[in-house]
This record gives sequence, C-alpha cells and structure tokens, in this order.
Amino acid sequence: MTIAPPNQATPGVPPPTRRSAGRRRSTLAKQEARAGLTLISPTVIIVLVVVILPVLWTIMLSFQHIRLLTLRRAGIFGSYSLANFRDVLTSSDFRDSLRNTLVYTVFGTALSIGVGLVAALVVRTPFRGRTIVRASMLLPYVAPVVAMTYVWQIMLNPQFGIINHIGQSVFGWKHAVPFLSQQTGQLSLFGWHVGVPTALITVILFEAWRYFPFAFLFILARIQAIPKELEEAARVDGATPTQRFAHIIWPQIKPVLAVLAVLRFIWTFNKFDDVYLLTGGGAGTEVASVRVYQLLTAQADVGASAAQATVLAVILVVCLGVYFAFFGRNQGEEQS
Amino acid sequence: MTIASSSTERTASAERASRPPTIPTSRRWNRDRVETVVFRWLRWLIIALFLVVTLFPFYYMVLLSVRSIQALLLDPGRLLPEPGEINFRTYSSVLRSVDDGGQGFLTLLRNSGIIAILTVLVTLIVAIPGAYAVSRLNFFGRRQVSALFLAVYLFPSIVLAIPMFVLFTRIGLRGNLLGLVIVYISQTVPVAIYMLRNYFDTVPQSLEEAAAVDGASRMRILWSVSLPLARPAIMATALYVFMIAWNEYLFALLFLIENRARWTVSLGLAQLSGSIEIPTTILMAGSVILTLPVLILFFFTERLLTEGLTAGGEKG
Repeated sequence: MTIAPPNQATPGVPPPTRRSAGRRRSTLAKQEARAGLTLISPTVIIVLVVVILPVLWTIMLSFQHIRLLTLRRAGIFGSYSLANFRDVLTSSDFRDSLRNTLVYTVFGTALSIGVGLVAALVVRTPFRGRTIVRASMLLPYVAPVVAMTYVWQIMLNPQFGIINHIGQSVFGWKHAVPFLSQQTGQLSLFGWHVGVPTALITVILFEAWRYFPFAFLFILARIQAIPKELEEAARVDGATPTQRFAHIIWPQIKPVLAVLAVLRFIWTFNKFDDVYLLTGGGAGTEVASVRVYQLLTAQADVGASAAQATVLAVILVVCLGVYFAFFGRNQGEEQS
Repeated sequence: MTIASSSTERTASAERASRPPTIPTSRRWNRDRVETVVFRWLRWLIIALFLVVTLFPFYYMVLLSVRSIQALLLDPGRLLPEPGEINFRTYSSVLRSVDDGGQGFLTLLRNSGIIAILTVLVTLIVAIPGAYAVSRLNFFGRRQVSALFLAVYLFPSIVLAIPMFVLFTRIGLRGNLLGLVIVYISQTVPVAIYMLRNYFDTVPQSLEEAAAVDGASRMRILWSVSLPLARPAIMATALYVFMIAWNEYLFALLFLIENRARWTVSLGLAQLSGSIEIPTTILMAGSVILTLPVLILFFFTERLLTEGLTAGGEKG
C-alpha cells in the first residue's frame, strides 16, 4: 500500500532530466522542494524518534547482556557480545515459537484473505439489505480486540460456553473441548486418529474471523471497479459463472491479493495482542512476539528479548525478500 | 458469485425472445444453467452463514451481560433470556467508581476518550501536510518516505516498546497519557498519510492551480482550497485513527499499568478478567461498554469510512 509509486503526472514540475530549463523554473522547483520537505518533516521526525531510533536501540541492546534491573545504567559503551544470539538461536523454545509463528502467519493470512474473497464475491451484486450485510461483515475488524477475545474465550469455555454446549447437545461430542488450553487434541475421522493442535487452530480461526473484513473491503472495492461491460460480454459469449470468475474477475483482483498477502503476512507475523489475550501464549500457541514479551516481563531479560526480536525482524525481511524475488517481478508495473 | 439478479434475468429472457434460438441460454440443463442455479442458492447460504458468524459473538456478549451468572451456569444453551431474568446490575457495577465498590469504568471511558481524541488531532495535524506533500510536491526523498513508513510495520510493536519503556521511565512519561499518545501517533501517522494521499491524488489540481495563478501562497492553497475539498477523507481518516487508538492494548498495558487512575477501557477490561472473583457477566458488560462507542461511531459513518480506506484501492 505504502509502496505505490508517487504520482508521476504532477504538472508544473520539470522532469529531472531537464535541469537546464530556465532559471525561473528551477527556483520554482527549489521552492517546491523546500515546501515539500517542510510539510513532511513533522512526520519524518516522529517516525525517526518513535520508531527508527528505538529499533536501532533494540538492535544495540540485543548485543549486550542486560537485565531489566540493570537497564537504567546501560549506556552505549557496554560490552558487546553475540551471547544473546547464541542463546536465542540454540534454544528449542525459540524454534518452537518460530514454527508456531510461521504456521500461524501462513494459515492466518491465507484464511483471512480466502474468507474475505468469498465474502466480497457474495455481496458484490446489489440486493436488499446489502448495506447492512456489508456493515455486519466489517464488525469483527472494527471492534476492540480485548472485548472480542473475551467473547471468544467465553463462547469456547468448556463449562458453560455455547460452542461446547451445542457440540455436546447437537453434535454428540462425548466431552467438552478446551479449545484454548489444549495443546494436542485427538480427532477421529472415519476410524483414523490424528493429533491436532487444538489451541493453535483456534487462534488461527480467530485471526481469520477478525481480519477477513480487511481483505473483504479491499477486494470488494477492486471488484466493483471492474467495468460491467467485460462481464456482460463474457456472458453473451456463453461463459459460465466459474469461467467468468476465472478469466475476468481473478486476473483483475490478483494484484490486490498480492498486496493484501504481503500486508497481512507482516501484520500477522508481528501479531501480539490477539494470541496473548486468547491463550497467554500457552498450549502450544507461543508465537514469537509473545515470547519476546515473556522474555522481557517474566524473565526480565532485556538482551535476550531484544535479540529474539531482531532475529524475528531479519526472518521477516528474508521472507519478504523471497516473496518479492518470486512474485514481485510479474507485478512490477503495479507495485514498482 | 455471478448470480443473475431478477432484473438481469428479465433482460436475459427478453433477449432470448428476440434472438434466434441458437443462443446457449436455452431451457436445457447445461453447465451455465447448473452453475447459475447452484451459485444462486449457495450465495444466500453463505451470506446467512457470514451473518451468523460475524453477528453472533456480539449478540452473545450482550445476552450474557444481562443474564445472571447463576442462570448462565444452570442453562448455558439458552439464547433468549427469560423476560424476568434481564437485569442491568452488571452495568452499574462496572460503571460505578472504585470507591463505591464498582470497577470505575466511567473514569476509564474518559481516559480512552481523551487519548483517542488527542491522537486523532495530532495525527491529522502531522499527516495532512505530509500527505499533501507526498501527493503534490516534488522533493528530494519523496520516494524514500514510503520505505520509512514500511519500516514502522516491519518491526513488532513489542520491539519499539522495549526502548520506549526505558526512555519514558527516565523522562517520567510512564503512567502519563501524553506518552501513550506519542506512541500511538507513530503507529497511526503512516496509515493516515496513506489514506489522505490517495484522496489528494484523486482531487483535480486545476482548482489549486487557479488559486496559485491568483497569487495565493502554498500554505493558503492548502488551507482554503485543498483542505475543504478533502473533508470526507479527513473525516474517514479521523475515524479510523480513533478506532485504532480506542482499541489499542499492548502499549496501554506497558505504559499505564502502574497508574490505575490513567487506565484505558481496554486495559481495565483486561485487568478485570485477570481476577478470579469477577463473574463472566460483569466481564461481558465491560466488553459491551468497550465496544459500544466504536460500533456506534462505525454505524453512523460506515460508508465514509470504507470509501476512505479503499480510496485508490480500485487502481490495483
């Protein structure tokens, strides 16, 4: 989203190659450049001070041995070592949290975009009450995360939650399922017994439920911008609904899906509050950002948590790099 | 999916009448007809399913907040409360101040409101000129600004929290609403600039050029030409920022936890759930109180907000 190229067609701005244009124009351009820098500087300063500097500071902390108690005394000239990174990379907790994060991110991203796509397809043509339906579909996204996680917790509660009640009285579950506190559940399907990571799946489903509206909104906006004539023409030519979807709608929404995939991947990868509020990171749902928080607060190990966070950011950058190397090329025109 | 609505159905039958019978839309069961019928039914089924899945948690939240905890434990499957059962004691207990034995959510509501409104105001003051500059003016580093914003989202917010925590401890901004507002602004300015820039991009420049020809300065153009034109986008951005600030949890937890008088509603609710003696029904009443302001705001401005968020999204 924020990586779209700036509008090239700004009139009144000489292209940079024509430097030798008249003196008047170049002073105009200079004026404009100065105005632009002045107007953008508050933003840049805030982002620098509140985002970039803390990030750099975190990277520095990750090379130092610092506990929460000794933090006040820590300066730039501490002793630097790779010990934190060695500890982080060799611990099995880290590998578990990384695996959880990747599973959570990949499935959460795919599900939220997939569900959003289905939602956009079913409400794209007008019908009575469409405005209400569309607004309802956005509710999970606009409602506060704290309230939503508690409602889910209570719906899934093994003692009096509505889901377990319906499961037991309607679907004949033998006993209540502790959705948020069970690490591995036994699922029997047609005589097959498989272990399923119950809590992790529940957390992923919550992610899909809460964030599909975001994908829905952008996909719907794109679909409604497709000229009606395209589909009418295909209909006249005898294209069936699935054919029209595959050959007309799909190619048009592919760029949006690509952007959504990147954004949702980044945001889900760094997600903290949803998982933390639902399970507290227990029952096999400790994703990396929850682990960073635990290291910081429960173990008071600033250095280790900073190292873990840095490793996390590097992995995210690598993931994005791989993504753009594979898919960025054919989307070059849209995203540059 | 692409289900013919009744009006297109009618035109299709009209076409059928006027055209030679070689057109494939005959009464026979071909692939097109099967798909059309199947998707017509499937579509309504899916819409119904979506409505249940998205709305039910909200209904359940309200339902539990007015039932008594004993009735809930005895009969957890009841979806309509008995008429005599409804009571609003939970709400008064949540809203009453701590001295009166309540949870003091009125104070928390005020805190959340102050934080959210301050965040909105400062974000707009910073983001409107920024978005205007990125959309209209050519300056050195204009392309790099976007990369800078991406950096904001590349790092988990917990990473930013560690040093901010230290810094705020040192300069005494911890437990202070102002410190929280500063952090929120850094999180909302990029998305605000994105939304506003998309809008500025769609506004024709001819009006601004006319003002410039008449000798108006750039600041004057921004103030009296561009701003009034962008009012819908500014409203949408303000709403979105308000929701982000109102709903936020992690930074509130880290920066305000020691100072109960400064808690936000989100934080207060989360702390409430931590104590065992608080019944579920009170927790749900708190959730309703936390959710209601945002939902009311959303329902009044739904169209404005969705259009503001996706402006420019049509381009792909």
